[in-house]
Amino acid sequence: MSVLLEDLFQIAPVFLNVGAAVFGDSLREAGYEVVYVDWSPPAGGDARIADLLDDLL
Amino acid sequence: MVRRTVIRKNRYFDSVFLMRVARRIASQQGMSDASAVLATEANRKVLIGMGYGDDGHDPDFAVAGPNDLVIALEGEEAAVDAIAANVDSYLSQGSETSSGTGRSLPRPRSISEAMERRPDCSLAVISVPGKYASREARTAIKKGLHVFLFSSNVSVDDERSLKTEARQRGLIVMGPDCGTAYLGGAGIGFANAVRRGPVGIVGSTGTGMQEFASLVHQAGSGISSGLGTGSRDVSDAIGGISTLMGIDALEADPATKVIAVVSKPPGTAFTATLAERLGRCTKPVVLCLLGAVPDSWRIHDPEGSRGKPKLRWAFTIDEAVASALEAAGASEPAFLRSDERVMRERAAIEIGKMRPEQRHLRGLFAGGTLCYQAQAVFLRSGLLVHSNEPLRGMPELPDPDESRESSFVDMGAETFVQGRPHPMIDASLRRKRLEREGKDPTVAVILLDFILGAVSSPDPVGDMLDAIRNIQDEARGRRGHLCVVASVCGTDEDKQGLESQKAALAGAGVLVFPSGAQAASFCREAAQMLAHRKETADVGPA
Repeated sequence: MSVLLEDLFQIAPVFLNVGAAVFGDSLREAGYEVVYVDWSPPAGGDARIADLLDDLL
Repeated sequence: MVRRTVIRKNRYFDSVFLMRVARRIASQQGMSDASAVLATEANRKVLIGMGYGDDGHDPDFAVAGPNDLVIALEGEEAAVDAIAANVDSYLSQGSETSSGTGRSLPRPRSISEAMERRPDCSLAVISVPGKYASREARTAIKKGLHVFLFSSNVSVDDERSLKTEARQRGLIVMGPDCGTAYLGGAGIGFANAVRRGPVGIVGSTGTGMQEFASLVHQAGSGISSGLGTGSRDVSDAIGGISTLMGIDALEADPATKVIAVVSKPPGTAFTATLAERLGRCTKPVVLCLLGAVPDSWRIHDPEGSRGKPKLRWAFTIDEAVASALEAAGASEPAFLRSDERVMRERAAIEIGKMRPEQRHLRGLFAGGTLCYQAQAVFLRSGLLVHSNEPLRGMPELPDPDESRESSFVDMGAETFVQGRPHPMIDASLRRKRLEREGKDPTVAVILLDFILGAVSSPDPVGDMLDAIRNIQDEARGRRGHLCVVASVCGTDEDKQGLESQKAALAGAGVLVFPSGAQAASFCREAAQMLAHRKETADVGPA
């Protein structure tokens, strides 16, 4: 169930950080809850194979 | 002194992490410099310019591509050898540091896995390389997450489809290319520490939102919420999907008393849509389109003729802040009032110390909006500057790496940030560019901006201070005088400390202004005087 945008105005979101850790780190340092995804390029960086995998899954 | 590259094929690390690894390596005994970057075309060019690549005889470097990591090492041979043999340990050490401590479980490897563990997540902050960004954003939307998408280089078609799909689910996509947002008191991305208050923001410009929010805070007021939309949202191709969602949400938000829309000029069709929407907004609106004031807007402002317009125009961010404060019932703070006569007097003193050949201005901006605003300030007075991100009516720099006559360069433009951190985080490219500009004897004035706040460098001014002093010394060595002008965007609550950053600049003889608009206005006065001086010199003595 999604949280309404208007509700995010009142209470800060629980953040999901995907990519550079610095964005999540700055939120965490400010006291907000952050879940980190340990991201790396899909299919070893081969976008074509990643698309094929997406189609299969 | 030797230079050597070490290549790691198909190794991905985020660019901020790599910057920290490079700094740690460079600080080792015997090392003088180090870089750790993905081998994008732009980064290869920079490294070759620094003397790496062995004139094409470094075979691994020659074939390295954008998925490959390059560690470039410069120092004493023994130190370089030791680091080169040990590179992977630096990468794993850094990885441990950046991932935090005390975790019992490995981190999830995907958004889906993360949402299975933590279904209470509600906003994804995505900063992966552009070519993967749509894929991750789409997954996030399908999982019911709002999205803050920092990544750039996302196609128009992908942006439109992401935003359309999100809107259907009641979700907002802030971005791509979104730098800043404020939600529930949290500053997301490059955000300054500001108190909460009555002013809501919708902005397609990250540094524009930062400058606006910081000045509102400095004036004693605050921000209710701030929604970034990404720079392309206001184009006709996207039609302002996120901008309109943001306006709707702020209009319904009881904490928001005034809505400020800060944006580059929108597309023609969206201008009409935006005018119509703002015309029926039940709350006061301040609109700052950085120089653009289409005539068609006035018909949508029926209350304007009654002396207290609901829709207020602002040419600069300073004017937008003053209008927003007035609409919120606060008075305009003195620091937003600039005195052109005083500026002219200061400019005259500076120019009086210069040599005749000094006649050009060079602006090196970390904040793209501040570069754009400075151009708007110049264009309003009929002054032209070259830019890599030209405002309509300004000449484009053919090569962003080479300034021409007077130039304003957005150092955060795509060409400078592929595979490396934004200049607000990593000042190295801007510092090198500044040193280069300072060697040009025709340069009279340098204009800089410094952006404080979350994610930014811990010491933006300190990163540049030696280079500023060096170019001033070099100018004195030529018996000239280099006028360095700056603005600092930030608040007293930012970790870098607004007053200490300003004081460091002032201590180095830099003219510091309270805002980007005022720094640009001073430069405009200086440019006009320099042009007049040149005309007088061209006529010559009688």
